[in-house]
Amino acid sequence: MTTYIIRRLLLVPILLIGVTILIFGMMQLLSPVERTALYLKDFPKNDKAIEGLIKRYGFDKPVYVQYYNWLMGVENPTTGEREGGILHGDFGYSRSSSMPVSELISRRFPNTVDLALWAMAPMILIGIWLGVQAAVHQNTWIDQGLRIFSIVGTSFPTFVFGLLVLMIFYAKLQWLPPGRLSGWASAIVDSAQWRTYINVLTIDSLLNGRFDIFVDALRHMILPIVTLSYINWAGFLRVTRSSMLETLRQDYVVTARAKGLAEHDVVFGHARPNALLPVITMAGFSIVGLLGGVVITESVFNYPGIGAAAARAAVSLDIVTMLGFAIFNGLILIVANLVVDIVYAFIDPRVRLS
Amino acid sequence: MTIVEPTENIPSGDNRLLGDDVKMREIGKLERFLGPDNYRIVKGLVKTPASRIGFFLVFFFAMIAIFAPLIIAPVPPNDPYKIPRDGYKNDPRAPGTEWKRQVPEMPFWYKTLTGKDEWVHLMGTSEGSYDIFYGVIWGTRTAFTTGLVVTIATFLIGVIYGSISAYYGGVVDNLMMRVLDVLMILPSTLAALILAAVLTPKIGKSVLPVMIALIAFGWMGYARIIRGDILSIKERDYIMAAKVSGVKNSRILFKHIIPNAIFPTLVLASLGIGDVVLSFAALSFLGIGTETGYADWGQLLSFARNWISSLGTYWYIVVFPGITLVLYVMGWNLIGDAMRDVLDPRMRGKS
Repeated sequence: MTTYIIRRLLLVPILLIGVTILIFGMMQLLSPVERTALYLKDFPKNDKAIEGLIKRYGFDKPVYVQYYNWLMGVENPTTGEREGGILHGDFGYSRSSSMPVSELISRRFPNTVDLALWAMAPMILIGIWLGVQAAVHQNTWIDQGLRIFSIVGTSFPTFVFGLLVLMIFYAKLQWLPPGRLSGWASAIVDSAQWRTYINVLTIDSLLNGRFDIFVDALRHMILPIVTLSYINWAGFLRVTRSSMLETLRQDYVVTARAKGLAEHDVVFGHARPNALLPVITMAGFSIVGLLGGVVITESVFNYPGIGAAAARAAVSLDIVTMLGFAIFNGLILIVANLVVDIVYAFIDPRVRLS
Repeated sequence: MTIVEPTENIPSGDNRLLGDDVKMREIGKLERFLGPDNYRIVKGLVKTPASRIGFFLVFFFAMIAIFAPLIIAPVPPNDPYKIPRDGYKNDPRAPGTEWKRQVPEMPFWYKTLTGKDEWVHLMGTSEGSYDIFYGVIWGTRTAFTTGLVVTIATFLIGVIYGSISAYYGGVVDNLMMRVLDVLMILPSTLAALILAAVLTPKIGKSVLPVMIALIAFGWMGYARIIRGDILSIKERDYIMAAKVSGVKNSRILFKHIIPNAIFPTLVLASLGIGDVVLSFAALSFLGIGTETGYADWGQLLSFARNWISSLGTYWYIVVFPGITLVLYVMGWNLIGDAMRDVLDPRMRGKS
């Protein structure tokens, strides 16, 4: 177990270096002048000044020096100190949002966490339940129906599904609005009487004792949650179903049946816990995916998470912001994958003991 | 225990001991050509009604793409992929509204099917008076072109990368797989989004930046699959025989290993077209890639984003392009679902 974790931990720096090189590499597609322009609010008109800036930021140096500068910051010629650098949390200035990228991320990320928190349970639990039902009723109309349901689910692009539910539940019925909060609620949240605890709205509203705002925030999240769940159920259904079918064929299930256990106990007591092992990994990665910001879902519903911000930056070709998001995302994913792998090792003795 | 059907699983060759009631299974030309494993895959593909519906849908869209100019002709000075605009009014117009400016030629089927003498907007117009019907029909071509080009490119890159990695093994393999790990960390939508955004100012707004981005981050899956298949084929006797008789590495790889390992990857790749079209549409929905008015489904759907609160009235700007995209992807997914069953190693050896 310890060797497994150590080996897994050793992979982290390699992946980190890899991801930063990848992102840095994409930036190299731009010329030095363009890269200079990325980091400045007022770009000078004359060539001399531009050249001076290129020198100042070291964009004329060899690539590996530039990479190091990019990570650690550029040396200031007068003081000799290093300024900026992504390792110091300086991702540059976001033009599309008129604030530093790091501030943009810290403002938007809590919203993404909020959505992930509420979307997680319906997505995973109902998905697994559907999969178990399909396996237990293999080759009956329930199984076939669920199969059609899941094929339709995988064929629905997130944004088409999103637009359709918006059309029905927002435009037609006026039940569930897009966005984050209603006008009256955001006025309260922005006012002085509101105390910010962890910035995650649903939790903060409860801590503030404002149940009405909690309900309002949740109401705005229902459509994104439904969309995310429906799109992801198909995957959970398929994996759970095939894993469950596999488990139901195992000898110990036959033994359990031979002992005369009730079918319900066989399925839910003996087969299901074992069948869920591969599903756990999948669930882990899905949660990670939610935290990384669901670009399209957030964009369709105008939900102010990091995914929507990334999409907006992309449309206005705000490359600094995009790369900032990419680094942040890569970081989350690397750490989260590590956690998923280790948790899985704890659950599954076969991994732990190998 | 199940009883083995006498007509199946009979060792070929010796049939002297078999009675008259047991017939040898006929082996057709196709089976001889493809080999038993591949033949089983092809047969499994057309077996279920679901996969047949899938093939029908894909065939239907292919016909639309091929005959697009006959269904609705481009309006002369325009590029065929530019959706004609009936004026410059911003608000969408309902299906059945008369078509006044930039009217295409009257196709042969129009009068018989609609019973009208003048062109109307069959599916209405979207924001900016772009005709939805034209966009849906010509968007099929965009879907097939982008899907095919991206899939072929990712397939080739993946196969070459995966084969080299698997064939050399050891440190090379380890290193190449770690590179794959790194490339697969970022979610592909986000990675493609960034690359497309970096490329767009360089090559201008067109299908190209998005296609390049999808290719750059789309080949890793194929590399993994072919690598696995090659690793198992590498151990076969005939490869050993080729090695012993002094055949060059590259020749063994390209003449002996790849042709035997490639089939499952090839089939998977051909079904990846649906996914590619989905990602392409998603990026163009977000506003990356093609210029406004280009005939592609994602773009048509992105028009709807500005009318969300009035979608109750303007339902047609979502429903028509949306359903088209869903049916197209579903066609590929239905085939893919049958494929997954056939290729699943646990199902191998069962009829």
